[in-house]
Amino acid sequence: MAEIWIPPKLQQLTGGNQQVQIEGTTVRRLINNLEAQYPGIKEYLVDEMEDDLIAGIAVIVDGEVSQLGMLEKVSENAEVHFLPAIGGGCLGQL
Amino acid sequence: MLDYKPNMVLSNEEFDSVGKSPIRHDGADKVTGRARYGADNNMPGMLYGKILRSPHAHAIIKSVDASAAEALTGVHAVVTSADWPETSMKLTDLAEGSIHNLGFLSMNILARGKALYKGHPIAAVAAVNAHVAEQALALIKVEYEVLKPVLTAAEAMKPDAPILHDRLAAVSSPALRPGGLLEDDAESMQTNISNQFEFSLGDLEQGFKDADIIVEKETTTQAVHQGYIEPQAGVAHWQADGKVTVWSSSQGQFTVRDQTARFLGIPVGQVKAIPMEIGGGFGAKGITYVEPVAALLSRKSGRPVKIQLTRTEVFEGTGPTSGTQVKCKVGVTKDGKIVAAEAELIYEAGAFPGSPVGAAIQCMMGQYDIPNAHLKAIDVVINRPKAAAYRAPGAPAAAFCMETALDELAEKLEMDPLEFRLMNSGKEGSRRVTGPVNPLVGYIETLQAAKDHQHYNTKLEGKLRGRGVASGFWGNNSGPASAVAVVNSDGTVSLTEGSPDIGGSRVAMAMHVAEVLNIPVEDIKPQVGDTDSIGFTSNTGGSSVTFKSGWACYNAAQSVKEQMVLRAAKIWEIPEEDVEYKEAVLQHKSDPELKLTFKQIAARMIPTGGPIVGSAGVNPPGPGPSIGVHVVDVEVDPETGKVDILRYTAVQDAGKAIHPAYVEGQIQGGAVQGIGWALNEEYVYNDSGVMLNSSFLDYRMPTSLDLPMIDTVIVEIANPNHPYGVRGVGEVPIVPPMAAISNAIYDAIGVRMNDLPMSPDKVLEALWAKEGK
Repeated sequence: MAEIWIPPKLQQLTGGNQQVQIEGTTVRRLINNLEAQYPGIKEYLVDEMEDDLIAGIAVIVDGEVSQLGMLEKVSENAEVHFLPAIGGGCLGQL
Repeated sequence: MLDYKPNMVLSNEEFDSVGKSPIRHDGADKVTGRARYGADNNMPGMLYGKILRSPHAHAIIKSVDASAAEALTGVHAVVTSADWPETSMKLTDLAEGSIHNLGFLSMNILARGKALYKGHPIAAVAAVNAHVAEQALALIKVEYEVLKPVLTAAEAMKPDAPILHDRLAAVSSPALRPGGLLEDDAESMQTNISNQFEFSLGDLEQGFKDADIIVEKETTTQAVHQGYIEPQAGVAHWQADGKVTVWSSSQGQFTVRDQTARFLGIPVGQVKAIPMEIGGGFGAKGITYVEPVAALLSRKSGRPVKIQLTRTEVFEGTGPTSGTQVKCKVGVTKDGKIVAAEAELIYEAGAFPGSPVGAAIQCMMGQYDIPNAHLKAIDVVINRPKAAAYRAPGAPAAAFCMETALDELAEKLEMDPLEFRLMNSGKEGSRRVTGPVNPLVGYIETLQAAKDHQHYNTKLEGKLRGRGVASGFWGNNSGPASAVAVVNSDGTVSLTEGSPDIGGSRVAMAMHVAEVLNIPVEDIKPQVGDTDSIGFTSNTGGSSVTFKSGWACYNAAQSVKEQMVLRAAKIWEIPEEDVEYKEAVLQHKSDPELKLTFKQIAARMIPTGGPIVGSAGVNPPGPGPSIGVHVVDVEVDPETGKVDILRYTAVQDAGKAIHPAYVEGQIQGGAVQGIGWALNEEYVYNDSGVMLNSSFLDYRMPTSLDLPMIDTVIVEIANPNHPYGVRGVGEVPIVPPMAAISNAIYDAIGVRMNDLPMSPDKVLEALWAKEGK
């Protein structure tokens, strides 16, 4: 199972757990399974209208920022983080 | 100790083209003044646009009466925000990875309802010349209700502070729209805090219990300008068929296209953005200011419209980087291991949410292995221009706090400051405080190269002289990129790519192609394509270009190579597997008599199957972070407080320097901008929110007369995710200078300078305070 690191502000939804073990072969499946286990968390990560991660959130899989977002494949023992996206040289916030 | 050379490359792998420093293809045009920048485009019937700006830092716009301006002879159009559609306040991905809150961006370009900083655009005029346009601006009557401005984050966070945006929300909640805004029916939270987030790792409390020495630090920095020479400028032409063409100087022609289309409510396919040469950007030209307004004026007037900002408009109306307040607390064991670190970063976003605090918090301790940490980031809106990106956005101010704290710790530990950093350096597999583990990184090698440098090993002599060191981290970025390589019949290759060239990237792209095809880089003719002639390419920013567009050019060249092999196989009537491509010669693997050069195949490409065109579109992962380590010697004048830079050495992991001379230029440029930020630069405002130094006479940037030559060392720890090992190089060199200089000043006079800039008056006051005067 992949290990998902939960951002501090969302840890109230995972019973205070900083990391949780979740099954899934893509980021999309991981999030769906995360939602099944910890209802309410998905809305902080996914823009349902766009069927994509909320703009401004980056997913990091095994230390690398994914360029594929929800479509990124995840290996059996992957480590997954959700962090603010960094535009760098071009801010993505305004 | 390394043998001294002013510029060194510590290289592990040699290539034919990559790693050399050929003359850039656009060099002759630039040194002879033929290169065409944003303001150089003139068209028949073109009008000149001028922007009316708010004289108040905070005011309700009660009415705008442009009738007298419209009646003035020579005026063809007047526009306000009422002339374009209200844009969604949702944080939006413009379908191709460029994320913006378009509502805020729209209101920044033309104020809607409220003026939120002095210089905020209220209306724009297009006239037959600039003088008539300026005369017309004076005829526009705007009725304001002036409000009290809030000019710093500290003021803006007070409970009774004036509020910029009624619908702004401070904390995450299910009722929020993405972008930090409340739903329309929710009660106003009356806050200027637009975002807060945190990272935690390990057990912070236990970490500090385990510490033998703890240092706490608080630093402040002021807003500073990117210092690009060319003000924002562009021409837009709304043609009779409804198509819009924009020529402008920007860090992303696709951003210009997408934002112009979105604000005007038309499909992106209706807009063509043509990139002009760019006279510096450093992040600030990654968003639009003038192009959508010029297009709006063009639509109304039916004529092409040029808008060219003045220097004062650049200072007052476009984005500097944020002013900041940063606190940190770092604990170490007596043998020098960092066991706990805590930080709070408060960044001023300007008039709309979106400071670079997200990047700052991820970079502040990025190069260190710290087991227990907690970091908190706060984004605050104030009545100043919306902050824009500036080279490693956010990271320098965060490093200023962290790296000066580490200097204090090294002193208390009686350890060499570079040895202390080496002891705590992150490496492949170690975990950053924000959570993710490091990929292959060159932190240790870069710190070691600085420690081995002749500069660091040469005793600094003289009174009131001091040496300081600091390191800086930048994560680097990637993104979508495109390239097309077209073989010409004489064997040259026309290369079109999508990244505006702000640092010599055209030649670096050509070198990728030259390396793959084993042909001279002079035979490659690179150009930056417009939005109708090349695939989407994300902004030139984030130190991403050589990585992402390098990949695109590499793949396009590989495609050309494969087609060359097929053509040779066709000519010789043999299977392609029997053809090999070696040093720009195609030859039969077992018959050495059968050979054709690249040029010979190029000459025969039409009868052997038609044009040879290689193209690629990529979005490559794994740009790989980089580190810079700077060593600086300073001398302090006790009479004036002036700090002189005596010697400066910058060491940096470039992965692989495609064009070492331009990597050196990037390192030197970043260091110099950091020196200016450290010693002189700041936006100075009065209590009404009026900038008092909005010219280069009063906003003091360093010149060549202020500085020694910056020595460089390029360390090459190849990034495994790029065919030649590239890591981004443009941003990290601005991260260490402020802390390195502060540490050097302490070494010189025994005073810790915690507030930027460390200008003569502040240094003098600190000296007097130390001496009890």
